[in-house]
Amino acid sequence: MNNIPEIAPTFRFQWEEAQDCYVILYPEGMVKLSGSAGEIMKRCDGIKSTEEIITELEGAFPGVDLKDDVRNFLDNARNNGWIRYKP
Amino acid sequence: MAGSDTNRSQPLWLLAELTYRCPLQCPYCSNPVEIAKYNDELSTEDWIRVLQQARKMGATQLGFSGGEPLVRRDLEELIAEARRLGYYTNLITSGVGMDADRVKKFKEAGLDHIQISFQASNEELNNYLGGTKSFRHKQEMARVVKEFEYPMVLNIVLHRKNVDQIRDILDMTVDLNADYVELASTQYYGWSRVNIDQLLPTREQLARAEVVAKEYQEKMKDRMKIIYVIPDYFENRPKACMNGWGAIFLTIAPDGSALPCHAAAQLPGLEFPNVRDHSIDHIWNDSDAFNKYRGFDWMQEPCRSCPEKEKDFGGCRCQAYMLTGDATNADPVCDKSPHHGQLHADVDRIGSLSGTKEFESKPLVFRNMRNSKDIMSDRTIPA
Ligand code: SF4
Ligand code: SF4
Repeated sequence: MNNIPEIAPTFRFQWEEAQDCYVILYPEGMVKLSGSAGEIMKRCDGIKSTEEIITELEGAFPGVDLKDDVRNFLDNARNNGWIRYKP
Repeated sequence: MAGSDTNRSQPLWLLAELTYRCPLQCPYCSNPVEIAKYNDELSTEDWIRVLQQARKMGATQLGFSGGEPLVRRDLEELIAEARRLGYYTNLITSGVGMDADRVKKFKEAGLDHIQISFQASNEELNNYLGGTKSFRHKQEMARVVKEFEYPMVLNIVLHRKNVDQIRDILDMTVDLNADYVELASTQYYGWSRVNIDQLLPTREQLARAEVVAKEYQEKMKDRMKIIYVIPDYFENRPKACMNGWGAIFLTIAPDGSALPCHAAAQLPGLEFPNVRDHSIDHIWNDSDAFNKYRGFDWMQEPCRSCPEKEKDFGGCRCQAYMLTGDATNADPVCDKSPHHGQLHADVDRIGSLSGTKEFESKPLVFRNMRNSKDIMSDRTIPA
């Protein structure tokens, strides 16, 4: 199974008090994440699989079908190099 | 109008110039030519206080730079404090003074990223430009940096003496597995201004280099990000220098003076506040120096009524001062500036002389303490 996302070692993900949001940090740069993007990234811990992340988010935000949003965001995050899948 | 919005700005980017001491002598170094004046360096405690105060005000990106930051023995300690405070910490280094053991200690202390500069892609030119035998060591250090899983930026300052080797330079960065490559065109202040006749590339050189840079950007796009910027002397619009004065950048020089840009020390009539006397909060929000060119009220024509002023803030204050004698003028890179013609005439003069024997054999003024003292005491520069 190679669907367990984790933050790539060349990026840092953290909460920024002064910006009031989660951010991705990389050499000399920063991307501010939207609330939902932050909720997804927060769960990319190298333990949970994509399915587990979706289940967890649907538990936290009941009544919404998040499957596609999560998958799209993770595809994007991977294209940007922010996350990688555990081998 | 000006001010209200910009006053709520945050110093997101803190550049800590720990020292101007450096084992290298690059003739394009962007440090002030007065480096010999800065021997009273901040203490470890001073720096820790600066880091804490700036972080509280929202600073996120931290660059340890210089001179050569590795010269400071307390670098490991400062990195550890920066990590504890939550900074993303960038080490901007020549690689000289580094070894595998130190890279490991930096990792343990929480350093996020290392940027190594190369002077060229071949040993002879690299060592000549840097004034030291450093090429092989730099290559070795780049490999060590990747072994420790750091994101690595390789930085090569481009100018007339190395820009024709851009293909070799890019091949080298591919071999070394860089994540990012900055092909930084020399900015002509500090030492490079002294050496501009020898360093400014010709239009033909730039046209050739751009083709190669584009080719590699495309070819390597999945593995490596290549940033290539042509020198702004060849443009018709200035860069949005520092994203605006006092908008996001805060530089602290080795002696503790706080600057909105690392080249700003040369501007006349400004008293730059020192972190030994003032808090970062006061310096950022209340000091005259940081408010001087904030917003738009300080502008003259053509910038004052220009619809593009919110895009480029009238360009670079230092460049405006250097080239027109008045920092409130439009940056002459802009073709609306009455000084633009003069700038391009200078560029063409250098272009037409370059390649001729007498011109090319004029020696470079290397960046070192002796030359700094000579320039300051206004003696003729040693030929
Ligand atoms: S540009 Fe060269 S001389 Fe200047 S600080 Fe960097 S390595 Fe030292
Ligand atoms: S006139 Fe001033 S504000 Fe307008 S584009 Fe030129 S430099 Fe920028």
